[in-house]
Amino acid sequence: MDYPLTKYIHHDGASRMLREYVKGGGYRSLQRLTAGMAPKDVQRLVGEAGLRGRGGGGFPTGAKWSFVPMGSNAPKPKYIVANGDEMEPGTFKDRILMEGDPHGLVEGMIMAGYALDAEVGYIFLRGEYHLSAQRLNQAIAEAYAAGYLGKPLPGTTFRFDLHLHSSAGRYICGEETALINALEGKRAVPRAKPPFPQTVGLWGQPTIVQNVETLYNIPHIINNGADWYRRLSRTQDGGTKMYGISGRVRNPGWWELPLGTTARELLEQHAGGMAEGVRFRGLLPGGISTAFMIEEHLDLPLDFSSFPPEVGRLGTGTMIILDDQTCPVGFVLNLEKFFARESCGWCTPCREGLPWVAKLLSALEEGRATSDDLSLLEMHTKWLAPGHTFCGLAPGAMAPLQSALKYFREDFERHITTGGCPWSKKSAQQRVLA
Amino acid sequence: MLSDTEHRELEEAIKHYPDKRGAAIDALLTIQRHRGWISDDSLLDIAQFLEITAEDLDSIATFYNLVFRKPVGRHVAFVCDSISCWIKGCDQVQEQIKDLYDVDLGQTTADGRLTVLPIACLGHCERAPAMMIDHDVYGEVTPDKIDVLMDKYK
Ligand SMILES: Cc1cc2nc3c(=O)[nH]c(=O)nc-3n(C[C@H](O)[C@H](O)[C@H](O)COP(=O)(O)O)c2cc1C
Ligand code: SF4
Repeated sequence: MDYPLTKYIHHDGASRMLREYVKGGGYRSLQRLTAGMAPKDVQRLVGEAGLRGRGGGGFPTGAKWSFVPMGSNAPKPKYIVANGDEMEPGTFKDRILMEGDPHGLVEGMIMAGYALDAEVGYIFLRGEYHLSAQRLNQAIAEAYAAGYLGKPLPGTTFRFDLHLHSSAGRYICGEETALINALEGKRAVPRAKPPFPQTVGLWGQPTIVQNVETLYNIPHIINNGADWYRRLSRTQDGGTKMYGISGRVRNPGWWELPLGTTARELLEQHAGGMAEGVRFRGLLPGGISTAFMIEEHLDLPLDFSSFPPEVGRLGTGTMIILDDQTCPVGFVLNLEKFFARESCGWCTPCREGLPWVAKLLSALEEGRATSDDLSLLEMHTKWLAPGHTFCGLAPGAMAPLQSALKYFREDFERHITTGGCPWSKKSAQQRVLA
Repeated sequence: MLSDTEHRELEEAIKHYPDKRGAAIDALLTIQRHRGWISDDSLLDIAQFLEITAEDLDSIATFYNLVFRKPVGRHVAFVCDSISCWIKGCDQVQEQIKDLYDVDLGQTTADGRLTVLPIACLGHCERAPAMMIDHDVYGEVTPDKIDVLMDKYK
């Protein structure tokens, strides 16, 4: 089995800088350009490889690129942006790549830029990733000194410039149109679509925003071909995936594995099973904007095309485990407080609805809720459903709530009948005193 | 007034964007690094440099978790309160900090040493609970480790 993204990453936290990267075959994809590979060949290869975006949506990368105007009449400049905002709770995969192998992102961006004839790139990095910033800055400086950046690539007239933008901490900046506003130095609220960034993006120019992990795949596709890339996966989506697990398991961590690996394999073989004394109840497969999966879903292949719609979607592939010693209502309350705090406030259903949801869940936890409150929660999952809000933040916030109401209904009801949280010792004491 | 060093650093920052205001966040963070926080005067200095209004810049400054529009202590401890850390006991970490330094979330200690703030998922979930002090992230922060950790930040 080949693990192209991480096979050279050091597990002691050290970084691979230029010399080591090149020795391991780094920047080899540029040689293909000398051999005559044209931008449209790169585009075709990425499409044939079945690469799907790793930012959570799983959109086919080749199809996304096909909307970018090409040719001598296309607007100039075009931009390519790496989305390294990674503020989705439970998600830490892009950090592992950027800290361990910063040149992989530089090479991925050069090749994506070449494919789209986009001559300027930005890495949009969340502000808290100081170590990633330091290593990426070093990698960019090394790549300029070595002539991979800022000079025409050998055998072509294409020259690529790359900048690092460190943000200042706000979840909505990960949404691609909010990210574009943020980069322009505007308040980072999302933009209306259409027009889509592929035609009208950063400073009004054609722009592709791509997740960091997606970009890491591109040089490997160019070096090894589409068939090789498809064979890495167990399903129809090409490649490997950075999976991760957090929560009460024996060995929380990350693993690059074939797309289509099941949650059961991840949990039992890689994470070593549940921690001592706790039992599995459910999991969020990829960040907190995904729906819960329970025991009966553990053998589903984790990829972008195999999920039945009623189960949900993979999201970022870094899962969070709910165990039996943790209250599902308290768990969902924590998620909704995050969403309420990080809502950008632009549209009413999200700005007003999310705090209301958090209040209702707090009432349940504190023993003040009635069964009417459960219906109100249900109604919010419809009021904040896709199409009712300006961007995907609020619908994402409803995915764990709606599925929790389905799978853990009895636990919600118990909070009403017992007048508080059955998991919280404190409120049990308060109940005795009262 | 911007100092010479500040001015030079902002000149450097705007080189990365076709339009000066693109460097708004870089400028805010640069000035904050020098002055600790963004006062109204600092806001005016930066806005003038970027050739935008202070109100416009404030709508950006107030949007972000890491831009401080109020004074903070010499060090800032950010306690992650998102889900993976919550499962692993970030509430106890926060309580321990309160017991040791007599400071609640959003407050600064009387001696000006430390401000404590909540923060969204730090992306170190495999080593929860996590916290960040200034620019350094720590994982598996159990309450008993906090006083030793804090020794480095006087
Ligand atoms: C609220 C919200 C937050 C998002 N945060 C991120 C993020 O941190 N990183 C990311 O790559 N995509 C994020 N996305 C998805 C992006 O909008 C975009 O679809 C993605 O970067 C495209 O890259 P891909 O095609 O390579 O997946 C977010 C979307 C929403 C609605
Ligand atoms: S859904 Fe929420 S985050 Fe998205 S635009 Fe509306 S208020 Fe902002």
